[in-house]
Amino acid sequence: MLNRDGQSRSTFWATVLPPTLWVAVFFLVPLGIVWLYSFGQNEGLTGISLTGTFANYVRAFDPLYLQIFAKSIFVAGLTTLLCLIIGFPVALAIVFADEKSRTWLLMLVMLPFWTNLLIRTYALIAVLRTEGFANFTLEWLWNNASGVMTFAGLAPLGDFQPLQLLYNNFAVVVGLVYVHLPFMVLPLYAALDRLDKSLMEASLDLGAGHLRTLFSIVVPLAMPGIVSGVIITFVPALGAYLTPDLLGGPDSQMIANVIERQFKRANDWPFGAALSFLLMYATFIAIAMRSYLTRGKAVDAHGI
Amino acid sequence: MADRPAPLEYNRTWPMRLWLGGVFFFLYAPLIALMAFSFNDSKRTIVWRGFTFDHYKKLFNNNELMLAFANSLTIAFITTLISVVLGALAAVMLWRFRFRFKGAIEGALALPIVVPEICMGVAMLVFFARVMPWPNDLIWPFSLGAIIIAHVSFCFPFVTMVVRARLASFNKEQEEAARDLGASDWEAFRDVLLPHMKPALIAGALLSFTLSLDDFVITFFTSGPNTVTFPVKVYSMVRFSVTPEVNAASTMLIVLTVVLMALMMLGQRKSTTAK
Repeated sequence: MLNRDGQSRSTFWATVLPPTLWVAVFFLVPLGIVWLYSFGQNEGLTGISLTGTFANYVRAFDPLYLQIFAKSIFVAGLTTLLCLIIGFPVALAIVFADEKSRTWLLMLVMLPFWTNLLIRTYALIAVLRTEGFANFTLEWLWNNASGVMTFAGLAPLGDFQPLQLLYNNFAVVVGLVYVHLPFMVLPLYAALDRLDKSLMEASLDLGAGHLRTLFSIVVPLAMPGIVSGVIITFVPALGAYLTPDLLGGPDSQMIANVIERQFKRANDWPFGAALSFLLMYATFIAIAMRSYLTRGKAVDAHGI
Repeated sequence: MADRPAPLEYNRTWPMRLWLGGVFFFLYAPLIALMAFSFNDSKRTIVWRGFTFDHYKKLFNNNELMLAFANSLTIAFITTLISVVLGALAAVMLWRFRFRFKGAIEGALALPIVVPEICMGVAMLVFFARVMPWPNDLIWPFSLGAIIIAHVSFCFPFVTMVVRARLASFNKEQEEAARDLGASDWEAFRDVLLPHMKPALIAGALLSFTLSLDDFVITFFTSGPNTVTFPVKVYSMVRFSVTPEVNAASTMLIVLTVVLMALMMLGQRKSTTAK
């Protein structure tokens, strides 16, 4: 045990032990047990015997579960793409805002992020349900359009049929984008903020258009930030539980919902444990990809 | 057309303004509607029928919901106290000492930040079901212990992250000077290092308070019938219907969050101007 500043041994232990023990006992041990359970099988009603079987992992590759995995990855990917498209101009606007409005814009982006996830999801339910605000607005537009058409001597449009906006995959993607947008905007902002604006001016001066400048100057230079934002958005979206549970229909289950069912209702802990660890490995792969893709690329506009 | 925006003044162009307006409408309209309709004098419809405080009165008479609210605040408070101490210790440990397995411990401390919530939730469920069953006949607030332990496990690594960033700007010579002048380990820590860490400790405390107050998934797996938190209670209400009472409760929580965030911003401003 080296300690640099010649401090006493007791100081060292008093500093190191409490956090280390906590994370070991109340985090690593629980995860370790789940890991062990993933190689076990149910015995009787409550018992689990650790037989070292790989059956749970084999079962996870059943087409039914593979399809849910594929769907979760697709939904999380679509969410990430939409967040990138929606969030990029917002990050750009924050970078180009003056000092004072920048603080305000950043706060406006972060405030929903701090608001309770359940409350935000609930707010979306009120908007999307059949008698919600979205359908209410559509009905109003429909009736007015209908009125205009009667006025113009055409046949009216007929009765308004409310759209089914809730309890389907559409609602899940809207909900995930709504929740994860700040995850994308903040890293994008951090990367764009360090970008040397004179490079953009030079590009514009030399005759490139705004779009060309964006795609040939801004995007390549901000690539580490884009990669970070993509991963930081993708990872929690992949493991989302609440959004598909509350906004989705019977066919919009994601992997987290299947895990929850194994532990709470189906009472098949070993299989749930195997699924949890597959989700965790997928997460780690995504994070490793991020460090691989951004490696050596210090976010520095001058280091071209 | 007095003056056209300069080439890089994107924020003065109309497509950018339209885009920003659209995004912020998307982010805020649902929340504002939710808050506004907590004052609506009608039980079911989304049509405005006049202003009322009825739903708030009903909310304060709803003992279950108020108890869940009190549970959430208590859990967040105790979680924050423990997390700040553990988080600060971990940050000092990683910053000051070199020892074997340091890399492993550093990795273990980063893990709760990246592990999906659902995985941590089921891990806690298994842990409290099989390894350390939490007695369910304890008196309040000890009955909340299992949830508090689970919350500390995912909150304190965030505190560590914030405090570590702050420690990077500490000038070690200050501490050496204090020790040359005769201060003990503890005195040097209390009078020199701690004041430097203070803004980060406050930011970390507010962060862990919000994280704890916010958490649904992990709590869902650790709470029992007698230890329901606000998000868990709202979840069971939302499953059945949309009621103005939930709107009122949500509004209270949103206001609390905004106040906490304003405090954090003020604190940050103070600490940057103090420098």
